[in-house]
Amino acid sequence: MTAIRFLVNGSPVEVDVPGMRRLLDVLREDLGLTGTKEGCGEGECGACSVLLDGQVVDSCLVPMSQVDGRIVRTVEGLALAARERGTLDTLQEAFLELGAAQCGICTPGMLMAARAYLDAGGGPDHDAIREGIAGNLCRCTGYQKIVEAIAAVAAGDVA
Amino acid sequence: MPAEPPIEVPVRLSEAYSLLAGGPLVPIAGGTDIMVRITGELGPVPERMLDLSRLDELEGISLEDGSLALGARTTYTELRRSTLCREHAPALVEAAATIGAAQIQNRGTLGGNIANASPAGDTLPVLLAMDADIEVGGHRGERRVPAAGFFPGYRQTALAPDELILRIRIPLAAGRVTRFRKVGTRRAQAISKVVMAVSWRAHGPSAGWSDVRVALGSVAATPIRAAAAEAALEGARPSPETADAAAEALADELTPIDDVRSTGDYRRMVAARILHRIVRDAGGW
Repeated sequence: MTAIRFLVNGSPVEVDVPGMRRLLDVLREDLGLTGTKEGCGEGECGACSVLLDGQVVDSCLVPMSQVDGRIVRTVEGLALAARERGTLDTLQEAFLELGAAQCGICTPGMLMAARAYLDAGGGPDHDAIREGIAGNLCRCTGYQKIVEAIAAVAAGDVA
Repeated sequence: MPAEPPIEVPVRLSEAYSLLAGGPLVPIAGGTDIMVRITGELGPVPERMLDLSRLDELEGISLEDGSLALGARTTYTELRRSTLCREHAPALVEAAATIGAAQIQNRGTLGGNIANASPAGDTLPVLLAMDADIEVGGHRGERRVPAAGFFPGYRQTALAPDELILRIRIPLAAGRVTRFRKVGTRRAQAISKVVMAVSWRAHGPSAGWSDVRVALGSVAATPIRAAAAEAALEGARPSPETADAAAEALADELTPIDDVRSTGDYRRMVAARILHRIVRDAGGW
């Protein structure tokens, strides 16, 4: 066991866990942040996507020894900046407005992959968006409404 | 919960060498292959791990001594963004772009692709086609192994248990062209059915080819070079006759297997067609 310190959604945390514990398990079990979902547990589905130093990663594939001193952002943190205005992140608003969520299991990961795509300067081009979320599987929507929601944010059509 | 084997986190390469000298450790960098093994569903769980993430010695992309030198911890995302790689190894950039999707490309590393030694490793045919050397090291010293000799058998490498992959060196060759093509079930997140890299040198579009390399993955137990196809192309111009002969030679020399991802027949046919198309595109006919 080692003390591992890092930032989660802007707040410093310290956990005393084995270095090989998965970031996914620390988020869900040790920190109670159950917004991040486990789908396949092997890096195929993207349900557990979070941002690590701003890059989208599958948290099921990240050992805690590599999280020490780093910045983690989960779906719980997505609305933090917008919360002062009493709203959600524009991506979350767009998903709601445009019907981009059905069962919801992929949604947190899909939002984080989309956030990384937009933060990296991604635009409303559908092909580019599809590449940006190619690591996230959705079994309900057929992706079209998800792509449209991300495009709407990229184009500035969602306040 | 998955197993949580003990993990050492050295901050210097010399420290990592000492740890490896003390007994077997499974190195982990981006974790995209190794983390899947701690569930135990794919075989025995590693007993002790070695975290490479703090070793700055394994980072960086530079030009050195007429080669493009890539640290073993270079991620696929870093490959894609590197101006040096785009200029000197565009086929490697293309290969990196076909691996997984953003989540995997942000974490997976070139050194990891080599160490994992999957016959379907998408960067491996490119390394073979470009005559890359793999530089490895341990407490007994450092050495270079040609990529073409790095994979002696199915999922085996030339690494000793106490060695690490340090960097990859791709010699710069004037006039060399390298082409890459991967065929999978879908564009992202797919493991290759066939993956191929072809390189050659030519002085102009109608000149004869020299130093031809035809390298493939997913068609044998290891990444391979296709000697008969190379012989059919060496010294030839990229004409329709050359393309036919090379494609036929390739189909004749490959003996891929049927498995969950494809069939041997399909792989042989597709490989031959990819090569045919590469020659045709080069010839501009």
